[in-house]
Amino acid sequence: MIKKIGIIGILILLIPGCVTINIYFPAAAAEKAADKIIDEVWQLKPGEEPPVQPANAPTK
Amino acid sequence: MKKLITVFSLLIATLLSSNWVSAAANLDVNTPAITAIKNSMQARHNQLNPHYNTGAVGFTADGLVAVRDATAVPLKDRGGINSLVAAENSDRSALYKEIAAGNGHPEWAGEIRSTFAGRWVDKAQSGWYYQNAGTWVKK
Repeated sequence: MIKKIGIIGILILLIPGCVTINIYFPAAAAEKAADKIIDEVWQLKPGEEPPVQPANAPTK
Repeated sequence: MKKLITVFSLLIATLLSSNWVSAAANLDVNTPAITAIKNSMQARHNQLNPHYNTGAVGFTADGLVAVRDATAVPLKDRGGINSLVAAENSDRSALYKEIAAGNGHPEWAGEIRSTFAGRWVDKAQSGWYYQNAGTWVKK
């Protein structure tokens, strides 16, 4: 019985460990963070591609 | 009885793991270091934007930028293009590291870098160039 409890105890420790390692990196959150930063750096409205720039080269 | 204990322990295990997972559901991108890098990149974008448009500079598969065709750079800018790209890349690398470190997981920097690599290209304007499997592709 003690042995069984020991095994179960080990399982309790190991199983969440496996799960945590498998989905450790929060990919969706990282994409969201990347989008937010890119929108700010490129000054886009959220969720938009940059507008195709008309030929408005800066006049000297 | 044995089955009951097993089921119960699995249940607890699942609860524990889901708790740990949800703790990491969001990434903080508002640390002072990240904001400073972001502002620096935003200011540089005005200089880089024309080079993206001409295809002189493109996006690499590892979340950086690279000179693709120096002959597409106007002569007057040609001397500065390498330092412009180097400055952008050092900001980008620092950004990926800071996001990872700022969220308590410096080991995430590589994955954050590859996430960004995909998103830069997804958000790029059509006509801009990016690297795919070692070759330049026009979006």
